[in-house]
Amino acid sequence: MSAANAWTVPAVREALEAKKLSARELTAEFYSRIERKNPELNAVLALSPERAYAQADRIDKLRARNEKLPPLAGVPVAIKDVISTRGIRTTCGSRILENYVPPYDATAVEKLESAGAVILGKTNCDEFAMGSSNENSAYGPVRNPVATDRVPGGSSGGSAAAVAAGLAVAALGTDTGGSIRQPGAFCGIPAMMPTYGRVSRYGLIAFASSLDRIGPFATTVRDAAAVLSVIEGHDTNDSTSAAVPASDYFEEMEKPIRGMRIGIPVEYFGEGMDPEVRAKIEAGIELMKQIGCQPVELRMPHTEYAIATYYIVATAEASSNLARFDGVRYGLRVHAGSLREMYKKTRGRGFGAEVKRRIMLGTYALSSGYYDAYYLRAQKVRTLIARDFILAFEKVDAIVTPTSPTTAFRLGERTMNPLAMYLADIYTVTGSLAGIPGISVPCGTTSDGLPVGLQIFGPRFAESRVLQLAHAFEKANGFLI
Amino acid sequence: MKISRDDVLYVAELANLELNESEVETFRGQLDAILTYIDKLKQLDVSDVEPMAQVLQSAASPDGALREDVVRKCDVADAILEQAPEAKKPYFRVPKVIER
Repeated sequence: MSAANAWTVPAVREALEAKKLSARELTAEFYSRIERKNPELNAVLALSPERAYAQADRIDKLRARNEKLPPLAGVPVAIKDVISTRGIRTTCGSRILENYVPPYDATAVEKLESAGAVILGKTNCDEFAMGSSNENSAYGPVRNPVATDRVPGGSSGGSAAAVAAGLAVAALGTDTGGSIRQPGAFCGIPAMMPTYGRVSRYGLIAFASSLDRIGPFATTVRDAAAVLSVIEGHDTNDSTSAAVPASDYFEEMEKPIRGMRIGIPVEYFGEGMDPEVRAKIEAGIELMKQIGCQPVELRMPHTEYAIATYYIVATAEASSNLARFDGVRYGLRVHAGSLREMYKKTRGRGFGAEVKRRIMLGTYALSSGYYDAYYLRAQKVRTLIARDFILAFEKVDAIVTPTSPTTAFRLGERTMNPLAMYLADIYTVTGSLAGIPGISVPCGTTSDGLPVGLQIFGPRFAESRVLQLAHAFEKANGFLI
Repeated sequence: MKISRDDVLYVAELANLELNESEVETFRGQLDAILTYIDKLKQLDVSDVEPMAQVLQSAASPDGALREDVVRKCDVADAILEQAPEAKKPYFRVPKVIER
């Protein structure tokens, strides 16, 4: 792990407690890193120094009085720009919200701040979280800190790049079809999608409501768990948030994994996978075997239908959710003589190509005469995909797969062919549709130095088991395979 | 061909999206390719399958009850109106929609 990543949640705590530095000094250090590195990476879109220093000063006051520090005291974090932050510009990577400043905080943000975290600013992302490369941001692409001619992945590319480059100790991203896990894999850091409903979506600007989840990026599995344990929990402001108690991840993570059955679905090792990625994942599975896991070959027959299902369900929901951007209440307005014309011109100018394409696809799938053939059918296939997982988890404790069939690709390499870009989401969209938790952890690098991500899925609400396996893999040096 | 130029124009109208000429042509081709791929779903017999309309069945309240509907203070009207492209408190302003 590079020096840029030396700060972790425990390291921050230790430094603050030992009075080696103040929260204000640490905040200033991270802002100077952003100032130095962000011009090249474009990972951060907006900074919130007033709010960050006010929070740092609160933490420093607690330290001065020798009071107990909250769990993320002084930890510098960044927030994906689709998550609302009171008083901090929130654009969703879109021109249509170029000057939007939310009047309230998302629950996850409020919880982070209550736990002592210092919010540095907002991270770049694909427009409305639609994309797998971060090239769909209206504010320019993000560059992968591992190799700056490469994409960081998407849609939470800015959050992944910021953490991987040491511009934040942790970050929040959102995952609808792989948007946390895939950029985590491309940038070489742990990245977790919790169970649907585990983290409140209140204040998350919706893309696809039945799929969207907020989750953490960090440099260690422990840090990802530290952030998750703060942001999770039932919230009366989100009717889909779950009242399922979480376990103590730190305690669970240390439990032995010996005898755990890990499912290896054959469908995730078919054609289209880069041979070097395959070799690393196979080495990763071998390592898990050495530390006591028992691999079990699985069949998940509906995997091949996941992309088609996902791109109907997600775009249908998006077409409905994004109807609110009409130039009336917030954001851009293009003036026109009639209301209808104002809507059309505002949306025509405010949205980028990928967002328009998905609104079109979703509107088509929901339109009269096509609803049954597309949307309803996709919802039924979604049941079959979820059932594949339910049946699998009767036989195994967790499922291990690659996160992405390739490593980070070059900027511009896939922008001309949207379908090819969609197809590369094959290993992540399944878990999104099924509502289950998944983590991507680093699993070595290929010969050209690009990170490979290994994905671990668990049953719904079994975050502790996913983290336990990921942590054991990390301890056994799996990240460096 | 699954999608014609007229389909694109019709859907854009439904979605309140103004598209320029080159977008109409590009989207026609791209949506055609995507929908052709999505036809894969027709290979499956789903006649006896329930659609997954909810991810978690009443996750928030297993007994199916919603939270109590109580009035809570929500003092953000001014802050919200400040974000509007055009407003006259306490209203948003839009082009005239009803003719006298």
